[in-house]
Amino acid sequence: MKPKLGVFSFTSCEGCQLTILNLEDQMLDLLGAVEIVNFREAIDDRRNDYDVAFVEGSITTPEEVEEVQAIRGRAKILVAIGACATIGGINALKNRHDLATTKQKVYGDGARHFPSEPTRRVRDVVPVDYEMHGCPIDKIELVRVTKSLLLGQIPLPSEHALCTECKQRVNVCLYDKGICCIGPIVRSGCGAICPAFGEACVACRGFLSHPNIASMVEILKSKGLSRAEVEDRLTQFNSLTPVDLSPYYLS
Amino acid sequence: MKGYEINVHHITRVEGHGNVVVNVRDGRIEDLRLEIVEAPRFFEVMLEGRKWDEAASITARICGICAIGHTMASILASEDALGIVPDEETKLLRKLLIDGETIQSHILHLYFLVAPDFFNVGSVIPLAGTHPEVVKRALRLKKLGNEICEILAGRKIHPIGVLPGGFARWPLPEEILRVRKILEDARPDLEATVELFKTLKMPELERKTEYVALKAPGEYAFYTGDIASSLGKVTPPQTYLDRISERVVSHSAAKHVKAQAESYAVGARARLNINHEMLRPWAKGVLKALGLKPPLTNPFHNNTAQLIEVLHCYENAIEMCDELLARKGYVHRMKQPTKYGRGAGASEVPRGVLFHDYTLDADGRITKANCIIPTGQNLANIEADMHTLVGQMAGREPQEIQRGLEMLVRAYDPCISCATHFLEVRFV
Repeated sequence: MKPKLGVFSFTSCEGCQLTILNLEDQMLDLLGAVEIVNFREAIDDRRNDYDVAFVEGSITTPEEVEEVQAIRGRAKILVAIGACATIGGINALKNRHDLATTKQKVYGDGARHFPSEPTRRVRDVVPVDYEMHGCPIDKIELVRVTKSLLLGQIPLPSEHALCTECKQRVNVCLYDKGICCIGPIVRSGCGAICPAFGEACVACRGFLSHPNIASMVEILKSKGLSRAEVEDRLTQFNSLTPVDLSPYYLS
Repeated sequence: MKGYEINVHHITRVEGHGNVVVNVRDGRIEDLRLEIVEAPRFFEVMLEGRKWDEAASITARICGICAIGHTMASILASEDALGIVPDEETKLLRKLLIDGETIQSHILHLYFLVAPDFFNVGSVIPLAGTHPEVVKRALRLKKLGNEICEILAGRKIHPIGVLPGGFARWPLPEEILRVRKILEDARPDLEATVELFKTLKMPELERKTEYVALKAPGEYAFYTGDIASSLGKVTPPQTYLDRISERVVSHSAAKHVKAQAESYAVGARARLNINHEMLRPWAKGVLKALGLKPPLTNPFHNNTAQLIEVLHCYENAIEMCDELLARKGYVHRMKQPTKYGRGAGASEVPRGVLFHDYTLDADGRITKANCIIPTGQNLANIEADMHTLVGQMAGREPQEIQRGLEMLVRAYDPCISCATHFLEVRFV
């Protein structure tokens, strides 16, 4: 019997579930290997007998907490997909602002109609078996992880810095083009796609487990970035993993 | 006449979370709502304090389907605020990217979300067994749009290096040739698509409304243009706040929007109704062959308008490739900001006209941001059409009416997560 897959979406742009639909070359093979029983954006069926759940998005409302708990209760394997789900991503920028003020500003007196909590990763709410990083997730990695899961294995995420993949791709280092990049402290897995297209890494896969923040900050300072500009780089996707910059700015 | 209730929780085959609620008693509609229940994300607050050069990257994440469209509106607003005028080649490449996104988005909608209704199935998956050639063609065409964007900007979902002032990486001539080649190769699939959609009969529904789309000299406007309405006036993008007004409805996390009439439509049908004379020849010919004469007043023909736009974008994309290839020796240089001020940008994204508006402080950081999303603009119009459809279907089985309503909502190709991501609700 084919394993059953459910795809679920919480607070996000839905770009990661679209990446699943973007597996044009592998779609028919995928449909041969798994049975998709729940995927609101693509199909009418909404069955709850899934073995594997792919969960996209951050958890930001009480309703989402209940829903993701129910999904966790039903799924044998829960995979968090994409930066919103694994590191908070862009959604976590919200947490840098006082939520009460934000709500007041946006909703006025109607705040109670639209409950919103601070942004959380999926693993902050329920146990997660695997995290597929990226904004959005990478198609090649999606196929690889799906294959591993079908073989009953849980793959390990990359613990190499982005720079290793930049070298593999024979990208010219962005520092040689006068562009500052925080790739040295960021988890790889994307094939260094942003530097390949001329843009600095935005750290959408999160920081390495043991990032060398001190050296990174020294380099950025030496290139003339202000403290605020260093903070921009570290917070765009990773506001849930705050870095204390004060030790590097004692003077 | 007996009463009935329809309650569709999280309508399927649309982007984002919406509910359809209808309550009819003694033949009278007591309640009819398209509820928008998407979780808000507060982009306008998230952008506050961020540097101008992050805006495109952050706002692309409003929507996975129209990330290129958000990127365009964002960089147009930024360039207006920064005093940057991009060069002609930059505009050509941006237009090529928009063609790629529009083809991909419309094909996804037509084949994956709409077509199952006409084959009486719940998704495209059963069609893989019964109509494999249709599904394979759909996948090839979807890939076409994606591939164009991948070659030029790394990804379609959250493009890379598409920035105010230009492109972080300019494509090589052989890459543009490759884009041209995959476009050429797709022609038979598009011809077959036209034949397929000729056989699908759209449900009938007529209701007069206002159409709003951008208008630009000499072209079918997508990239940018002035705000035009079927009821008259044409004004620059910066006037968007004078042209439309938003109002709060308690059942929608996205505000409803009106222009001159009580509601208006944006998107493929509105663009076609306003700009059909500027369609490229194949698109224009097929529109004629389908026996359709603009204005298209049936909202279900938004699907047809998307088909016509796929053909137009296909032809336009080849033209953009040729123009870019003709500019031999062009060296791309990013343009730098000349000021920090306020700027607004408007671009036609697959679902309609999109506005971004940023105010920058003296350090180039955003102090105020605003976005007006196509689906938000369509919501009041969708509900008005739902009213007409429920009246027109009086006496039919509730199940049939429900299916009609779902198809109607789907025809607008709503992008609910987009619509909800910029909301500023004021309760009165």
